[in-house]
Amino acid sequence: MLDQSFYTKTDEILSKYPAQERSLIPIIHEVQEAYNYVPLELLPYIAKHIGITETKAYSVASFYERFSFEPKGKYIIRVCDGTACHVRNSLPVLERLREELGLSSQKKTTDDMLFTVETVSCLGACSLAPALMVNDHVHPAMTPDKATEMLKTLREEDAKS
Amino acid sequence: MTERISSREQLNALRDKYTAAIEHEPVRILVCAGTGCQASGSLAVWEKMSELAAGTEVSVEFGAEIAHGKNFPAVHKSGCLGFCEQGPLVRIEPLGVLYTKVKPEDCEEIFDVTVRNKDIVHRLLYKNKITGEECFNQDEIPFYKGQTRVVLRTCGKIDPESIDEAIAAGEYQALAKALFTMSQEEVIKTVLDSKLRGRGGGGFVAGKKWQQVAGQPEKIRYIVCNGDEGDPGAFMDCSIMEGDPHRMIEGMIIAAYAVGAQEGYIYVRAEYPLAVKRLNLAIKQATERGLLGDNILGSGFSFRLNINRGAGAFVCGEGSALTASIEGKRGMPRVKPPRTVEQGLFGKPTVLNNVETYANVPQIILDGAEWYRSIGTENSPGTKTFALTGAVRNTGLVEVPFGITPRKIIFDIGGGIRNDKKFKAVQIGGPSGGCLTESQLDEPLDFDSVKKLGVIVGSGGLVVMDEDTCMVEVARFFMEFTHRESCGKCVPCREGTLRMLETLERIVAGQGEMKDIDELRTLADLIIHTALCGLGKSAPLPVVSTLNAFPEEYIAHIQDKKCPAHVCQKLKQYIIDEAKCRSCSKCARGCPVQAIDGKPKVPYVINQDKCIKCGACQSACPFKAIYVA
Ligand SMILES: Cc1cc2nc3c(=O)[nH]c(=O)nc-3n(C[C@H](O)[C@H](O)[C@H](O)COP(=O)(O)O)c2cc1C
Ligand code: SF4
Repeated sequence: MLDQSFYTKTDEILSKYPAQERSLIPIIHEVQEAYNYVPLELLPYIAKHIGITETKAYSVASFYERFSFEPKGKYIIRVCDGTACHVRNSLPVLERLREELGLSSQKKTTDDMLFTVETVSCLGACSLAPALMVNDHVHPAMTPDKATEMLKTLREEDAKS
Repeated sequence: MTERISSREQLNALRDKYTAAIEHEPVRILVCAGTGCQASGSLAVWEKMSELAAGTEVSVEFGAEIAHGKNFPAVHKSGCLGFCEQGPLVRIEPLGVLYTKVKPEDCEEIFDVTVRNKDIVHRLLYKNKITGEECFNQDEIPFYKGQTRVVLRTCGKIDPESIDEAIAAGEYQALAKALFTMSQEEVIKTVLDSKLRGRGGGGFVAGKKWQQVAGQPEKIRYIVCNGDEGDPGAFMDCSIMEGDPHRMIEGMIIAAYAVGAQEGYIYVRAEYPLAVKRLNLAIKQATERGLLGDNILGSGFSFRLNINRGAGAFVCGEGSALTASIEGKRGMPRVKPPRTVEQGLFGKPTVLNNVETYANVPQIILDGAEWYRSIGTENSPGTKTFALTGAVRNTGLVEVPFGITPRKIIFDIGGGIRNDKKFKAVQIGGPSGGCLTESQLDEPLDFDSVKKLGVIVGSGGLVVMDEDTCMVEVARFFMEFTHRESCGKCVPCREGTLRMLETLERIVAGQGEMKDIDELRTLADLIIHTALCGLGKSAPLPVVSTLNAFPEEYIAHIQDKKCPAHVCQKLKQYIIDEAKCRSCSKCARGCPVQAIDGKPKVPYVINQDKCIKCGACQSACPFKAIYVA
């Protein structure tokens, strides 16, 4: 059972959109932004509000790569595996991050919920390949060593906050 | 409270006012704030510049008389200047000087030397990589010399977060011209006559779509802008949306007027947060100004614009999937007809064009169809923006007339191949395209010519590959992408791409057989002819194209179990150079599978059967005695 605060927050989001099917995706975006993931329990609630079936809401939410039903870490690291990054060796950067954090293509989030590592097909920063994005911030011209360094900086930043 | 503009005269008066205000800025410092430069730290540069500017009064020698109290240097964030590789970029007007790789530490010197004394900080200038000469401004840099900027003409020169600057730069003039001096038919005719073709990949004549929508009996119509740009290795649309959002919005409003649409949607990738932010701001400002919403410019015409964010599905770039996604459904393509122009968004007639297509429209309205056709080639008029990336010296955003040769783009604008390596191929059209080789570099680049070479212009990604790139691996990479992105609706695409991917994976792992090549070709043919949408239909193209251009690489992987470019991990052989080995045993201790044996004073040896090609030994060796064959 989710805490009541989730529903209060969701109500706040729902009030911004017309109660129609077309609002579903923007609403899920906002829910995900609020919690870093989409709590599955909220889908029936949203579906009911905008007048669509629960299955429909689930089928849409699960179709899109960006929506996750699993909680994600505080820092979401998206390693670009676009063509330009790929030919300039983005894979070793991804491997280093996974190695340092004990993650894999299956296990994407650290147990302390600090980091999530995933790949993304293109960040649009191709001229600075290989690139990755931490939350909304792009890091250019990465190397495995810079990735290690970056994790250190993020850990320090977290310790301060 | 912002002033609402309610006539063409008011728009002109505002344009003149803002232009004068900009001219009165004694010094104008533009810090590039595109995704690339921001990633290189341009916001810190902007902050430092702003801080310095606040305390610096400068004597003014340029420009006209000075408005009272305006003699502080003005610091602005600008859109993408294109030369992302050299970022953060800083441009200083009216001197016109362009500084590259600027750091916050450089700002004081720039202030002392350039802002106060109108002199140059030589170490921050771009140096011509061949002649070593300093390039003072943009026009002297070879990267910019070969370009023709139509769509990007204002990008990088104005602050994309300020509609005043856009108005000063002459934006929304075309809209006023269309609304007050042209009938809807005339607008459509001008766009038709210009032969403007869609920049989203297909190259469909834009005016025809508009004409078809205008001719529908249903009166509720929509304008949709495709800003999904899912093609990995492309960021042109991103730069336009971030750098000059008003130009594209203006194009959309003109389209809406032409076809009688009341509402529009911009569908943007969620991976472009900056573009989303700037578009939202641009729409808000344009609405406040009366350039969007009810009774635009007092003309009686009304149009509302919404933004929808994508959610990470490449297939949503396809027209019918995109409209489904805006409707709140799964983004899956549907069978056509009915076509989007007949039954598009919410089942209504819809104009769907790409970002760059719309961004071309205002200048066509202003300067006319004939002017437009004077650029580019007969059947592909105008320019195209490309994202030039990969193994090329100057990476970035370029805009060139159609008909230019790939050689000019890669070697003149791009400055040739990095690290003096050899050119191997250039990938064009992303996962729906193919590669051009050395012998094809002098062919003209336009919609129809490249089709004859078996590739497509596509959205505009140009990924340059050098001798160190394995073309089989590239084919596998794209196939993995399309397979992952297949929506799964039809079998040839869902299963066919998987079969092709599995075959390619076997080949790069050294387990391929010669019959695999025939199988790849048969599958490719089948998928091309039976898949429902463009994603499936074009998915095999990167494979077919590399098979045609580099058959020997496939054969080397299959027969010799070798990757000529030494890329494919499983085909690598780590070998210890006996002459360099000092028997220190570090490699043996670093090997996770105990594949290395040796005794003191005798060179160590790697047991190739046990080796898992992880490369740990190579990193562990202090004498660089381990190489890859
Ligand atoms: C799988 C797939 C992905 C596509 N992605 C895009 C895209 O990201 N941007 C785009 O403008 N067009 C994309 N298109 C092409 C669109 O379907 C459509 O043709 C285009 O947006 C029309 O605009 P235009 O005529 O101005 O090019 C894609 C097509 C397919 C089949
Ligand atoms: S071709 Fe592929 S992406 Fe297109 S509809 Fe079929 S399964 Fe979906």
